[in-house]
Amino acid sequence: MVVVLETRMEPTNIFDPNYFHKVVDCQHACPAHTPVPEYIRLIAQERYTEAYMLNWDSNVFPGVLGRTCDRPCEPACRRVRTEETPVAICRLKRAAADNKGDVTSYLPHVPTEKNGKRIALVGAGPASLAVARDLLPFGYEVHLFEQDEKGGGFMRSQIPAFRLPEEVLDEEVDRILNMGVHCHFGQAIDSMRELMEQNFDAYFIGTGAPRGRDLELTGREAVDDYIHIGIDWLSSVAFGHITEIKGKVIVMGGGNTAMDCCRTSLRLGAESVKVVVRSAFEVMKASEWEKEDAMREGIPIINNRPPKEFVHENGKLKGVLFECVTPVRGEDGRLRYEPSGEPDEFIECDHVLMAIGQDNHCPWIERDLGIEFDKWDCPTLDEVTLQSTNPNVFFGGDSAFGPENIIWASAHAHRAAISIHLYCQGRDLKADRPPEGLNLLSTKMGVHEWAYDSEHDPAARQLVPLVEHESSLNNLKVEVELGFDAQLAAQEAQRCLNCDVQTVFTDNLCIECDACVDICPMDCISFVENQPEAELRQSLMAPALNVDQDLYVSGSLQTGRVMVKDEDVCLHCGLCAERCPTNAWDMQRSVVHIPQLGSFGE
Amino acid sequence: MTFVSKPRVRHPNLPSNELGLTRRDYEGSVSTLCAGCGHDSVSAAIVQACSELSLPPHRFAKVSGIGCSSKTPSYFLNRSHGFNSVHGRMPSVATGANLANRDLMCIGVSGDGDSASIGLGQFAHVVRRRTNMLYLVDNNGTYGLTKGQFSATNDKGSTSKKGLPNLYEPIDLVSMALQLGASFVARSFSGDKSQLVPLIKAGLKHKGMAFIDVISPCVAFNNHSGSTKSFEFVRENARSAVNADLILGQPEITADYAEGTQENIVMPDGSTLQLYKIDANYDPYDRIGAMTYVQKMQEQGRVATGLLYVDPDAMECHDIMETTARPLNELTEEALCPGSEVLAGINQSYR
Repeated sequence: MVVVLETRMEPTNIFDPNYFHKVVDCQHACPAHTPVPEYIRLIAQERYTEAYMLNWDSNVFPGVLGRTCDRPCEPACRRVRTEETPVAICRLKRAAADNKGDVTSYLPHVPTEKNGKRIALVGAGPASLAVARDLLPFGYEVHLFEQDEKGGGFMRSQIPAFRLPEEVLDEEVDRILNMGVHCHFGQAIDSMRELMEQNFDAYFIGTGAPRGRDLELTGREAVDDYIHIGIDWLSSVAFGHITEIKGKVIVMGGGNTAMDCCRTSLRLGAESVKVVVRSAFEVMKASEWEKEDAMREGIPIINNRPPKEFVHENGKLKGVLFECVTPVRGEDGRLRYEPSGEPDEFIECDHVLMAIGQDNHCPWIERDLGIEFDKWDCPTLDEVTLQSTNPNVFFGGDSAFGPENIIWASAHAHRAAISIHLYCQGRDLKADRPPEGLNLLSTKMGVHEWAYDSEHDPAARQLVPLVEHESSLNNLKVEVELGFDAQLAAQEAQRCLNCDVQTVFTDNLCIECDACVDICPMDCISFVENQPEAELRQSLMAPALNVDQDLYVSGSLQTGRVMVKDEDVCLHCGLCAERCPTNAWDMQRSVVHIPQLGSFGE
Repeated sequence: MTFVSKPRVRHPNLPSNELGLTRRDYEGSVSTLCAGCGHDSVSAAIVQACSELSLPPHRFAKVSGIGCSSKTPSYFLNRSHGFNSVHGRMPSVATGANLANRDLMCIGVSGDGDSASIGLGQFAHVVRRRTNMLYLVDNNGTYGLTKGQFSATNDKGSTSKKGLPNLYEPIDLVSMALQLGASFVARSFSGDKSQLVPLIKAGLKHKGMAFIDVISPCVAFNNHSGSTKSFEFVRENARSAVNADLILGQPEITADYAEGTQENIVMPDGSTLQLYKIDANYDPYDRIGAMTYVQKMQEQGRVATGLLYVDPDAMECHDIMETTARPLNELTEEALCPGSEVLAGINQSYR
């Protein structure tokens, strides 16, 4: 008997902030934990400025991210599981940025009297800028060092203007710089030792992963002039040093940089552009939509072609020889490549753009300063505090754990800013960190009225309007995506399921009338005998096969059974609460508190 | 009453039946009854039973009278035929529908007011006639639509929401159905689908009058501590005599039950009705015994539930009346007007 009791599921602790946070799939998947449903509701109410600022608070660059984010939220969107296509979260973010009003009154106050602590930020990319934003309202004197003449880091140097217009970037970078950053632009830091001699209280390194990988193949040396490292080439284009590319171009690599390289080449006058990828199409690192954008512009993506040799004649590149392979899925589920038996393929070209990855590279940090690096040239860091082995040096963004996305830089920055603050206050970087929290607020306004639009909208995902093809291909600076206008944004916003409005169940109010079970459109709710989780998952109204999604288990009810709700495909339509005669179900908006420097309330 | 429509989207893993339909395809429109009404659970049980039996929704005739219960046919099987009749007159309409088209499965839903008060005469006679139908009474012991007066099935001594006791003896529809010749009599509880759904399935497959009295608490007026038709009272005092289950085709051999307590009945369509005796001494083929048992339990303040009586070989209305085997709308002119010679033969037989 005792054994049975031990294996049953315990009642769910809904006061653990992580439980309901996990139900908000988009917010949970976002590295910066942006409160997505909340800002989508604000967009639906045409409160674009508030929607923008809610974003700005957690991810710092809503206008940039609304165009360039890798969108970990979208594959996580519950709508993928209920109706296949996710809410166009990223484009809604952009709609908030495009339609917002004056944000000045919403910006945090930066005190004129400083707290006496000086912080050095190296590299003016998203990570350093976000750290500056978090620290400035607390009276820190922030010094930003950057080798380029302008701030923005790789957002400026590597993301082409047809995806991210310069004025959008300038606005969000300048907003932070204008909060009172001491900018030291146009001067590369080539010695960490020299910087440390200036006796800052703490140092934050946000220099990205600046070294593009090269490929050592037969013939590589002879044709150096025709082979360009993707990120360096994009950077030269961004700063106007390169304005054209002639002839036939091959882009090697399958990531987002490759997609930017090929589309940029097309706009700089290339006669033809081909992307050639070593691996299969489905395992390419580029985001789905970036591949689609490239293909829509008529750029072929050729897969399963590892390069063999650069073919040249009289010091001039003639083309590249590729091996032909076939992907075979091994027993471990991973793809392996076997020779396909076809003859090697020669693809003619005049230029090769190499976009096969990038690495961390900090040659300017002397290795005797107590800052340890691992064998991949990444700093040894505490994953939570982002503190290096030298206590007053912190890392964030791509320079911390290797290449990621802007949204990760924002997330790192918040954590690093807390660490820097605690360090400067002489407090413990782990024990004194503010905890995650959660507030629950009932949305009940009347018998059948809720403070959110509970009705499910079955509409399909709205397509984003694009600029007319010809004009965009002739001009590097014409943005391809036009973004949602207010009407499209409002329609798309209706598709959001409001996953942050939680179904909260109160055991002792339930009379087990089954009304919620009968009305639930997704068969999420069951009243069953308690069992071990694996059996319980099979015994519900519809089997709960997605083990990544939790079961919400109540305490024992009058009949000895328990209420079990499978969180997987709940529409948050509130019908269970509407049909409940005793208010045992309530729809409560969960507000997750992710620690930021502001959480100190100082 | 809910103003939001129930989303059409369904659980991706919801099982399909043999017709390729899911449970959702057997639903009706969203209920306008009070939140938590037991009747909605009965509708959901009908939905589940029909879907699990893979019955085609368009081959149903659903009929009802007046009252909260009689609104419910709107809330299940929205692709079937329906008739919402005059108060208490559901049995007449059901009889007519069944005589006209014996191929349609007939579900009548009525309430304690509709069947035990204004329609008591209709109830008595449709049971006598043994019309081939499933007759469900959503029995809450109260007149919900007129704000909670005692109905004719309310137990003597049971109180109103304000605390006043009922002074009259209740009409027990189960006892009446047994006495008047129903060949399938059961009682169940809207709060126990594990018992109710199999009974509905068995009732649908039963040939003849299948009567199920479903105690279905009225959350608005009769779900308080003095009520004998509340969720709490029924959960505490219900005693099942025989649990039933209907298996399509040959049953699996189950060893869970002690010898002599499990019996199988082969139904007309080849499905199997399995009986599990909870009370080992109970005989579900003994009509008089069943009547005594129900009354004894009633005397002890208990509620006898489960399949109380079944006669799988009983004649139904069509057998008794020797009607044509075909639905009337399928009779051709040739069958209806067989000619002067046949008429002459008939006339001759009366001479």
